[in-house]
Amino acid sequence: MRRIISVLLENEPGALSRVVGLFSQRNYNIETLTVAPTEDPTLSRLTVTTTGSDKVIEQITKQLNKLIEVVKLVDLTEGAHIERELMLIKLKATGAQRAEIKRTVDIFRGQIVDVTSAIYTVQLVGDSDKLDAFIQAVGTGGVLEVVRSGVSGIARGEKVLSL
Amino acid sequence: MELLSGADMLIRSLEDEGVEYIYGYPGGAALHIYDALFRQDKVKHILVRHEQAAVHMADGYARATGKPGTVLVTSGPGATNTITGIATAFMDSIPMVVLCGQVMTHLIGEDAFQETDMIGVSRPVVKHNMSVRHPSEIPEIIRKAYYIASTGRPGPVVVDIPKDMTTPNERYEYHFPAKVKLRSYNPVVRGHAGQIKKAVDMLLAAKRPMIYAGGGVILGKASDQLRELVQMLGYPITNTLMGIGCYPATDKQHLGWLGMHGTYESNMAMHHADLILAIGARFDDRVTNATEKFCPGARIIHIDIDPASISKTIEADVPIVGPVDSVLKEMISLVKEAKAKPDAGALAAWWKQIDEWRAFHGMRYQTSDDVIKPQEVVEAVWRITQGDAFVTSDVGQHQMFAAQYYKFDKPNRWINSGGLGTMGFGLPAAMGIKLNFPEEEVVCFTGEGSIQMNIQELSTCKQYNLPVKIVNLNNQALGMVKQWQDMNYEARHSQSYMESLPDFIKLAEAYGHVGIRIDRKEDLEPKLREAFAMKDKLVFLDIYVDRFEHVYPMQVPRGAMKDMWLSKTERV
Ligand SMILES: Cc1ncc(C[n+]2csc(CCOP(=O)(O)OP(=O)(O)O)c2C)c(N)n1
Ligand SMILES: [Mg+2]
Repeated sequence: MRRIISVLLENEPGALSRVVGLFSQRNYNIETLTVAPTEDPTLSRLTVTTTGSDKVIEQITKQLNKLIEVVKLVDLTEGAHIERELMLIKLKATGAQRAEIKRTVDIFRGQIVDVTSAIYTVQLVGDSDKLDAFIQAVGTGGVLEVVRSGVSGIARGEKVLSL
Repeated sequence: MELLSGADMLIRSLEDEGVEYIYGYPGGAALHIYDALFRQDKVKHILVRHEQAAVHMADGYARATGKPGTVLVTSGPGATNTITGIATAFMDSIPMVVLCGQVMTHLIGEDAFQETDMIGVSRPVVKHNMSVRHPSEIPEIIRKAYYIASTGRPGPVVVDIPKDMTTPNERYEYHFPAKVKLRSYNPVVRGHAGQIKKAVDMLLAAKRPMIYAGGGVILGKASDQLRELVQMLGYPITNTLMGIGCYPATDKQHLGWLGMHGTYESNMAMHHADLILAIGARFDDRVTNATEKFCPGARIIHIDIDPASISKTIEADVPIVGPVDSVLKEMISLVKEAKAKPDAGALAAWWKQIDEWRAFHGMRYQTSDDVIKPQEVVEAVWRITQGDAFVTSDVGQHQMFAAQYYKFDKPNRWINSGGLGTMGFGLPAAMGIKLNFPEEEVVCFTGEGSIQMNIQELSTCKQYNLPVKIVNLNNQALGMVKQWQDMNYEARHSQSYMESLPDFIKLAEAYGHVGIRIDRKEDLEPKLREAFAMKDKLVFLDIYVDRFEHVYPMQVPRGAMKDMWLSKTERV
């Protein structure tokens, strides 16, 4: 099962390496990882997507909670939530391809953010499946470079993850 | 308010923390600190001969007292030499603070002389680690380090101290915080009342109950509560290797310890139980054998301070997260109040079955007329010390024999590296205990392999007059390795012989101690008595024991709890 675990972490040197170290040390898998400070500069928000059985996920959350710098965490996939990932993708765009790519970008509600005579750089936001679908749609042959931010997520409704 | 340098603050903080001894070894990055140590006499420093031994000394002290031990070393090699000791403490949840020098802040990252990223290197084997970034932080960091090390599930904490944090002429206001609070660290103080109630109901309804206690009972100082509960219920109890002493071994309700080399009766009773109450134990692989075959008919109640230990390997039916002492206290009062009583008929039948198992094996071993058996050495030491010594051990067959045949009736007296299995642990751990309990008998069971991993500490023993008794069960082999090779590799003894053993008697004498060799059966008891009569001497007893002995029972690999070898030829 794929899970999105969101963590409030003390914004201190070394805290991130402890989280990452825990995953490799205990043989858990990290699919994506994002981290940045929050509105409270003493806290970072970290989002990790991972896969594992319920038992493994339970261990991951328990082990994360044991890290002294982990202040709070939530498994977003346990409830309704919004997940987003940003992708920047550089595509070969010459001749007839240019119009075709433009159409696909529009369908996916992306934006062309940089243009040369032979290249489009496209920005796309959505859940990870949508980004995968876009890459499929344009066909991997024309893809020159892909940069994905990893997943960020937040719970729907009134639920907040804060101190 | 007083102005102190970082180095002076560090030592003063240790004093305010109540630290009496620190174990360590100096070097460049720690020299300001060593100078501060020199200028006071409250905190005493013990100079070891290898940093690993400093950690094991602090560890031995911590295991015997329940209080955190303290280590001080320099950066680079000094710090890396502590890693095995730290990992040893980490695996057994031993509270400890390790203070490491570091190169000056502006040199960090430049591959400076004796620079090692100790925060990174130690990270997987510590409960927490911290770097000092300003000298004025030192008192608070020290307070936090001891707080984290000794609360919740205890463990080692490393503090990395760049040399410029301890500069003598930079002084700051000294203030030692009475309390520290961490918003992200709040160990539980009580178990969930509803869960405890449920557990007590299940306990009282059990037909074939089994209590399985671990090192957490000792760490959580809950032996008295455990004894009260167990005796009130009249149920059988086993404990792990780490839990030895949490319940009196000579009591009839005690079945011995369980797992890979546990007693036949403990392993059988576990396998056939219908209810297991696990207390401060973690169902580790040396206990459960194959998890899918583990105790098929048992429902499981699991009490532990660490939620991550619950349902990690074996799913608990009733998890209770909390300090074992307070949870047990609540259970005791609920049992007292309860209208339901244990089913006397079922319990009698259960005990009858257990007594049959006991009679069937009951820790027997084959004695011989001419060779000394390692088990009989342990039994003799138990008799001579009246079962009341602090006993440390190294790792190997001798460790298992010591744990099987020395009957511990008190907690904190059996001191061994259970989780990591660190050869070289025994002697320094014994030293840490002897230093703090000079009037008590301290015995180290070791093997000719293990003792050579920290033999240099005989020199430290001389310097500080630490008259421990070293009992070397000399089988002229890395016995435990050899046993596995006998059993699983058709007796191909790859690298398990120790050729060219030193003359341990001369070696002991070279360090200024007494050495006694015992190789005849009739000498065993009198020479042991002679050694133990020398109260103020370190005596190295080099005892030649049967080279072919194996440790039994031994669980069959990938089997259930009940699948064991009982001797070289009997398998159940
Ligand atoms: C530092 C370390 N290295 C290797 C091992 C693996 N090991 C476990 S027991 C053992 C043999 C120990 O020999 P000895 O101390 O003579 O004890 P014996 O088994 O003979 O009683 C070894 C090598 C270990 N536990 N620790
Ligand atoms: Mg040996």
